[in-house]
Amino acid sequence: MSLYSVGAQLLALLLAVLGAPLLTGWVNQCRAWLQNKSAPPLLLPYRTLHKLFNKESIVAEHASPLFRATPYIVFGAMVLACGIVPSLSTDLPLAPAADAIALVGLFALARVFMALAGMDIGTAFGTMGARREMLVGFLAEPALLMVLFTAAFITQSNLLASIVETMATQPFAIYPSLAFAGVAFMMVSLAENARVPIDNPATHLELTMIHEAMILEYSGRHLALIEWAASMKLFAYSSIGLAIFFPWGISHIGEPTGLLLALPALVVKLMIGGAALALIETLSAKMRIFRVPEFLAGAFMLAVIGMLVHFLLGA
Amino acid sequence: MTELATQLINLFAAVLLLLSFALLAQRRVLSLIQLFTLQGMTLVMSTTVMAYFTAQPHLYYSALLTFVLKVVMMPWLLHRLIVRLNVRWDIETLINIPTTMLLGIVLVIFAFNLALPISQLSVSVARGTLGIALACVLLSFLMMITRSKAIPQVIGFLAMENALFFAATSATYGMPMVVELGIALDVLVGMIILGVFMFQIREQFDSLDIRNLEKLKEE
Repeated sequence: MSLYSVGAQLLALLLAVLGAPLLTGWVNQCRAWLQNKSAPPLLLPYRTLHKLFNKESIVAEHASPLFRATPYIVFGAMVLACGIVPSLSTDLPLAPAADAIALVGLFALARVFMALAGMDIGTAFGTMGARREMLVGFLAEPALLMVLFTAAFITQSNLLASIVETMATQPFAIYPSLAFAGVAFMMVSLAENARVPIDNPATHLELTMIHEAMILEYSGRHLALIEWAASMKLFAYSSIGLAIFFPWGISHIGEPTGLLLALPALVVKLMIGGAALALIETLSAKMRIFRVPEFLAGAFMLAVIGMLVHFLLGA
Repeated sequence: MTELATQLINLFAAVLLLLSFALLAQRRVLSLIQLFTLQGMTLVMSTTVMAYFTAQPHLYYSALLTFVLKVVMMPWLLHRLIVRLNVRWDIETLINIPTTMLLGIVLVIFAFNLALPISQLSVSVARGTLGIALACVLLSFLMMITRSKAIPQVIGFLAMENALFFAATSATYGMPMVVELGIALDVLVGMIILGVFMFQIREQFDSLDIRNLEKLKEE
């Protein structure tokens, strides 16, 4: 573990924590442009966070300590996840701490606590949101695991950093299995990040909302932490997708100058990815809740087919 | 060079499988026709790539034939049919869609296992794709079984023909031209006859539901 790799890890972590709201702002801006609305400023998520941190945090009378602890747990889980995901460099000292399965576990941990906190207050909205979130979660998780397994089978490793390392260094080849996994991953990330076909991130009081229904009772710094964690989740998912399916420009082990190229490459890729996300959100309509299992079963199936195709074609 | 050819054919095969599943999961008649057109287009591209890399000029003709027939004519006929029958509604399926998809996965595993020993006998650059072609045939079968309306069944039938064609080109560098022409004509005629059939079915039962045909005697 060299000084350089520690530096790369810290830089990646800082970028994820501080840059995540920027990505959310960019997606919102693109979405507004595509929908012919006047766009909110790019830095609006930071201002919202600032505003929320300065506000008083009001907790319901019957809230248990779990309700207060949840924002910190969720935030912590997301920071950890961002530490494992190779967004800038594959030379991460933290990477051996958790493999792809543990990464999915981290996301699951955050989700379980969010659902518990949603039910903790005992409001109808919170409970409903929690139940729906668990429905989406339990269908999305196997699909996400299958996607990561496909990549793991191709590269013979289930550490995210070494998967990306292998992907980025091998000569260019077309992988049909990865194409399947890519589509599945896109569907799963839409569901997991509460984006449009599954949930609407722009709504705050609507019968159909999922994520917002769970956090309805939060205010002040708690809400700020949860919103920040949500942007970090989006950032982590985008980084995973970009790292596995478009690994070009990422810096490798023992290549200190690589970071100079990796940073602008990541920014450009995230800008394109964010614009694509906004496009998907604009083009698709929100699904009925009972169509969601169908959507996610589709994602799971695609991921499984990807794996089968890998076994059949060896590619 | 052959490496790239194999990769490209594999990619097209994967796209074909993806489209087969999309057909299986689709509820709208109009989208079904669009997906079918895309499937035809994929077939044209894979045949052209095959023709280019194996230097088999007759495959160019069959690609052209596929393009005219399956990308231009069939979708046009189907469009005309649904406009004249006025059926743009959602399709009802006999089994719900997630279950159908899981059944589809089972079929794919079955097809892959079945094709593995067969494809080892072939020497073509694209022998690995035989399993995928077989899976597409079975998925189209499943689509025909799980849909109760006439038009999706016809589209399933056409998709099955697409998959068979793909199997032929990938495993044996295509069939002789006469056979290919014969099959193409068969499908076209079959399509027209089925179109006439649909009008008859609707006239008889006021709906396109095939289950009506199960009653043999009049009440």
